[in-house]
Amino acid sequence: METIPVEHGLILAGILFCLGLIGVLTRRNIVFVLMSLEVMLNASGLAFIVAATRWGHAEGQVMFLMILTLAAAEVAVGLGLIIQMFRRYQTVDISVLSEMKG
Amino acid sequence: MLELIWLLPTFPLLGFLALVLTGGTLPKQIAGPIGAGSIGLSFAVAALIAMEFIGSGEDYFVYEAWTWMSVGSFSPGFTFYLDGLSTVMMLVITGVGFLIHLYATGYMADDPSFARFFSYMNLFVAAMLMLVLGDNLVLLYLGWEGVGLCSYLLIGFWYTNPANGYAARKAFVVTRIGDTSMAIGLFLLFAQLGTLNIQDLMHAAEGEWEVGSGYAVAAALLLLGGAVGKSAQLPLQTWLPDAMAGPTPISALIHAATMVTAGVYLIARTHILFELAPSVQLLVAWIGLATLLISGFTAMTQSDIKRVLAYSTVSQIGYMFLGLGVGAWSASVFHLMTHAFFKALLFLASGTVILSLHHEQNIFKMGALRKVLPVSFASFLIGSLALTAFPFTSGYFSKDEILLGALAVEGVGTWLWLGGLIGAFFTGIYTFRLFFIVFFGESNVKHHVDKEVGGWHMNGPLIILMILALVGGFIHVPVEAVFSHGEAHDEHHVSGLIHGIMIAVPLIGIGISYLFFMSKTFSVEKLMASGMAQSLHKFWLGGWGFDTLYNTLFVNPFLFLARINRKDLIDRFYALIVALSQAANGMIVRTQTGSLRWYALTLVAGLVFIVTLGALL
Amino acid sequence: MITLFYLAGAIAVISTAAVIVQTNIVHALLYLILSLLAVAVVFYVLGAPFAAALEAIVYAGAILVLFLFVIMMLNLGQHTRDQERSWLSARMFVAPGIMSALLLGQFLNVMSQIDQDMTITRVGVMEVSALLFGPYVLAVELASILLLAGLVSAYHLAKK
Repeated sequence: METIPVEHGLILAGILFCLGLIGVLTRRNIVFVLMSLEVMLNASGLAFIVAATRWGHAEGQVMFLMILTLAAAEVAVGLGLIIQMFRRYQTVDISVLSEMKG
Repeated sequence: MLELIWLLPTFPLLGFLALVLTGGTLPKQIAGPIGAGSIGLSFAVAALIAMEFIGSGEDYFVYEAWTWMSVGSFSPGFTFYLDGLSTVMMLVITGVGFLIHLYATGYMADDPSFARFFSYMNLFVAAMLMLVLGDNLVLLYLGWEGVGLCSYLLIGFWYTNPANGYAARKAFVVTRIGDTSMAIGLFLLFAQLGTLNIQDLMHAAEGEWEVGSGYAVAAALLLLGGAVGKSAQLPLQTWLPDAMAGPTPISALIHAATMVTAGVYLIARTHILFELAPSVQLLVAWIGLATLLISGFTAMTQSDIKRVLAYSTVSQIGYMFLGLGVGAWSASVFHLMTHAFFKALLFLASGTVILSLHHEQNIFKMGALRKVLPVSFASFLIGSLALTAFPFTSGYFSKDEILLGALAVEGVGTWLWLGGLIGAFFTGIYTFRLFFIVFFGESNVKHHVDKEVGGWHMNGPLIILMILALVGGFIHVPVEAVFSHGEAHDEHHVSGLIHGIMIAVPLIGIGISYLFFMSKTFSVEKLMASGMAQSLHKFWLGGWGFDTLYNTLFVNPFLFLARINRKDLIDRFYALIVALSQAANGMIVRTQTGSLRWYALTLVAGLVFIVTLGALL
Repeated sequence: MITLFYLAGAIAVISTAAVIVQTNIVHALLYLILSLLAVAVVFYVLGAPFAAALEAIVYAGAILVLFLFVIMMLNLGQHTRDQERSWLSARMFVAPGIMSALLLGQFLNVMSQIDQDMTITRVGVMEVSALLFGPYVLAVELASILLLAGLVSAYHLAKK
């Protein structure tokens, strides 16, 4: 039987998550931010699948499905917001949206 | 029938609600019948209950309406307790109260705030009935504070005059001192004995405390503080004369007949506690004696008709305290009842005089009114006779019993008796000084007086009260069962000489008053010529300087402290907190950049921090 | 198979890194699709064929097509590409890079203490479905409500 060290799977998920995080923190274009968020969500889904494989259970896949649903809903709302924002400000730069400045 | 006892406070309360929920807009034709009628219904129920209760021969009757609150072992109920003492009190309150309400419908007829007046009056009667019918000290305290509130509202009834508001405030603050003491007393009793039900409390106190034990003395002293404040006794007597700023029916109802006797009621109700603390009980007697003498002297110098009566009220309550102090419980309650009759009569009659003379209260601007105001004249005559304990009027019997009770005390009894007698002597002087100056002599009336005001609803109560003041002494007060084990029952056989002295002394007082103010055999001016008499007069006029003393001791230092602390020290502390939060806000507000990336970055920084912390620990 | 795991992992990491440094948004989107497909391969290797299929269909298919539509609607031209380039300086990566490195460092530190192997067993559609419509049926219902809410709000937000 083939075996893979469980930490390798988790480290892959961790690296993907951190890359997504860097994307969220650096990009000013809101479309890129949203894409990076997708990467982060996908990384956490990967971690669930790894855990599912580790224990040989199907529950991890169920959780992945939940995350998938969440991502779909989030993208729908997020893209709607982007369209609205572009319509109002004619830009995709999130630093324009700083009206809540204290 | 006895179960209907809950109706007693309910009628006045409903009257109050009806008057107050309409915002005082009801016309006189409706407000008057509601205000007086509710008390009338209460009186009718009270009379029926009293007849059945006395007829039944039971010692007491308890009716629990509902449990007020339940906190652990502490669950006072809205429970009514009827025994001889509360029977007397409820009859006096509803009976005299009804007469005064009826009188007030005439007296206040021209007042624009007619409905407001009766709403306060009804609330007062409801609270007073709570006070005397409550079976636990919490319910009693509810009524106690309720009557205090109504007293405040009614003294300041004509609030457009700042002096009235000041008098009301003074009454409220001074009685508050006593109330605080009483509240502490209640806490002490509950902490030590675990109940506030009066009967249980008395049994527990008897069982657990020895005579003269520290707790008994402390509890009795604290309750005495409350009684002294409410009943205007030394040293908290200063508020009552100023309370005359209220309308005259108020002076009759609250500041003569009912509320100010609440202190007497409280001590009588908890008499077992006072018997456990003989030193405090004796103190009650001395307080009563000192008060009755001081206010007797003061009453002789006053020129305001209502202030004379106010000081005489203080003095008569002093007699009641004297009676309580010497253990003549039923005599005190008896005097409380007769005093309610004749003092209400005197106040109401003075109300008629004042109203007839267009709100003139200075007795030196009256005179020769006996022809003009015949009903007031008759009322004053009978009231004054009863007040001075003229033989076979009501006041004679009750005062006699108190003085005999004082004489029966071993040791200091003779002195107490002598003091009471001196007080009776001065009562004769000041009462008939007032009587002679107002109704005889030459007329000093400025405005022409056409006729005496009053219709049936003003004169009717006066006539009924006249009868009661005359024959009230023959009413039997059914309180034997209440004070059964505390009172000395052996009849003291006092010699005829002592009886003779007690009858003679007030008569001598009246005689001296006659010689000074009626026949002018002696001249007041000559008496007043010397400088010492002048200063003495001034001293007495000011109520023995108690107001000045309290102003110097308490009010002025307080005002001084308030003045130097105008920039409140404690406020500074809070201002510091405000400044700190504002500074912190100023700093933290900089982090609110509105930039999403900045928020995300700080979020991650926090995450890193917490994870690092978790790894390190 | 093990080789495939590491190969797909490497492709996923590289293409994701390319996503976050790309200036052309359509190129970035294509890299993202590559990354998601690589992850789908990882899923397959790990014995979760159902998840792998969904990853490819829903993520790489539906969601990213949605992105593409939006990018087309926004119609961002050459001008945005220049703007992206000017925004994306090396300085911008300093703070996020340090933060992420710290976080990853912590994570690796924890991972280094684990030494377990996982045996790959296939968990097929049937087991997952049995769970989904068995004990997790409530979660499925909630997910459907979430999707409905997303649908309604997206419609509302994107409306003129």
